[in-house]
Amino acid sequence: MASPAPTLTAADLRGGSARRRREAAIRRLFGFAAGISILISAVIVIALLGRAIDFLRQIDPSWLVADGWFPRRNQFSIPTLAVGSLIVAGIAMLIAAPLGLASALYLSEYARPRARRALKPIVELLAGLPSIVVAFFALTVISPDVVQRLFTQATFFNLMAAGIGVGILSVPLVATVAEDALRAVPRALREGAYGLGARRRTTSMRVVVPAATSGIMAALILGLSRAIGETMVVLIVAGGTGGSPFTTNPLGPGQTATGAMAALAIGSDQVKGAGAAFPSLFFVGLLLFVVTFILNLTSERFVRRARRHG
Amino acid sequence: MGIAVTDATTNVVTAQLRGRRRDVTGSLFAAGLLSALLLSLLILLLLLWDVVRTGWPVLSSRGIGFLTAGPSSFPAEAGIGAALVGSFVMMLIVALVAFPLGIGAAVYLEEYARDTRLTRFITTNVRNLAGVPSIVYGILGLVLFVEVLNRMVDIRDQGSLLSGGLTLAALVLPIVIITTSEALRAVPRSLREAAFGVGATRWEVIRHHVLPAAAPGILTGTVLSLARAFGETAPLLLVGAVTGFFSTGDAGFLERLTRSPFSALPVQILAWTTLPNEAFKALAAAAILVMMAILLVVNGIAIWLRNRYEKTW
Repeated sequence: MASPAPTLTAADLRGGSARRRREAAIRRLFGFAAGISILISAVIVIALLGRAIDFLRQIDPSWLVADGWFPRRNQFSIPTLAVGSLIVAGIAMLIAAPLGLASALYLSEYARPRARRALKPIVELLAGLPSIVVAFFALTVISPDVVQRLFTQATFFNLMAAGIGVGILSVPLVATVAEDALRAVPRALREGAYGLGARRRTTSMRVVVPAATSGIMAALILGLSRAIGETMVVLIVAGGTGGSPFTTNPLGPGQTATGAMAALAIGSDQVKGAGAAFPSLFFVGLLLFVVTFILNLTSERFVRRARRHG
Repeated sequence: MGIAVTDATTNVVTAQLRGRRRDVTGSLFAAGLLSALLLSLLILLLLLWDVVRTGWPVLSSRGIGFLTAGPSSFPAEAGIGAALVGSFVMMLIVALVAFPLGIGAAVYLEEYARDTRLTRFITTNVRNLAGVPSIVYGILGLVLFVEVLNRMVDIRDQGSLLSGGLTLAALVLPIVIITTSEALRAVPRSLREAAFGVGATRWEVIRHHVLPAAAPGILTGTVLSLARAFGETAPLLLVGAVTGFFSTGDAGFLERLTRSPFSALPVQILAWTTLPNEAFKALAAAAILVMMAILLVVNGIAIWLRNRYEKTW
């Protein structure tokens, strides 16, 4: 005699209540860990905003467009820092963009698998270099043996050497992001070009690179963002630790936003309590945060566009 | 009307397809691209040569004494002992704080969270945090860790190893989350579905199948992020790492962790590099050699782990 098949409901499969409670607790634990990242950004923004406003309240607006950046003399010229940062980041990108993009194109389009395995570590080693090491190199080699040899009028501390050092640090970021973009271009496009009789160079430059434009833009923007945020090389070799007048000369000393912050932090014992000098750190930090944030968002938009079309 | 296919026409067609001349500009172009990579290698070698040339005499003449001596205003007596201890304690804090939090966050984002607006916001936020300049994390450390810790354990207005370590942990947290997410995403769906099919709960699937399968990738990512934290200088300047001479006296361990002035290897290198005395430049180069040796070992371990346990699905 066949008994009727027991009907199972979803509730029967759900498991015991203790098991479900444990699952929910673990889920909450992981959710909490994920929430920490939001907490960190919130604290960064709040800390920067609050203190930057405090700083602006303390000062006279005309101090922000003074003749130069001398915090202890109440000269907080933002144009000085902005132009300094632009000069350093610009020189850095003049180095990082060609080196990084050419490396990416070679690794993705030309190198055979074995050559790629041998050459890729160069980029990875460069990426693993701490910035303080490159800063030391910039001070002991790039400034005296490269910049001052090429330009006799260059001073020992100069923005050019800082830019070259920062450029070296930005190469691996540009190279890896651009290589990912190039490798993501579908094989079919390359094969179509070869089928039409195109040579490798034509295929690379007229088919693969245009198809990867969005990703390449993202790589360049990320490189620029990294270059603007780089601190140690500028602190050591740009020569602006004691402040700097407004300058557009890359061969002379100058100051960038990051360098100014680090200099304030190192000298904080002396300037603490002395008026607005120390709080200016937060204002400059806020500007830096906003600029790099916008750059990073833009690059992410390019990456997303690349994914849609790829 | 037909075309007579003669040997001559075949030859002409073959020659056209092969290209008669060698593609000179194409070869030059390839050589140009390769030279960009080789220029990077040249820069690396120059840098290494510069550091070895300046720093090796110090290491070979001082030997182990350089590694254990504390800071001093005499170059012949100064060493990296205190800085090494500071760096290692901070790396321990980074490992204890950033690894569980980062791996946990990645597990939530990849395994639990549905594709909601909140999830996407968190993911974008993490990626942006990874791009925030390190010196800005110094401000976070200064405000959150230094001042909050100050209020909690009432101390003087200075940073500590604990606040330095927490700052570095916040700095590498997004990197840990991103690399762990990538490792989790590489685990095939079928593995999870098989486990769900035999009645495992989500946590059981994660613990017994997903995490073990993703372990090599996660391990590589965490080790690399540790290397990144080890070489960071800028944020430590803001939380009060000391660049000059200091003494911890005979303070107890807890007191040293939360109150005493501290240094770290990259901060020590910065201090020596900026001194005008050439003897200190040599010390800086020697300290860089030690730092690069440590980084080489750490990265080597990461690469070895990856090659040893990497699976392709």
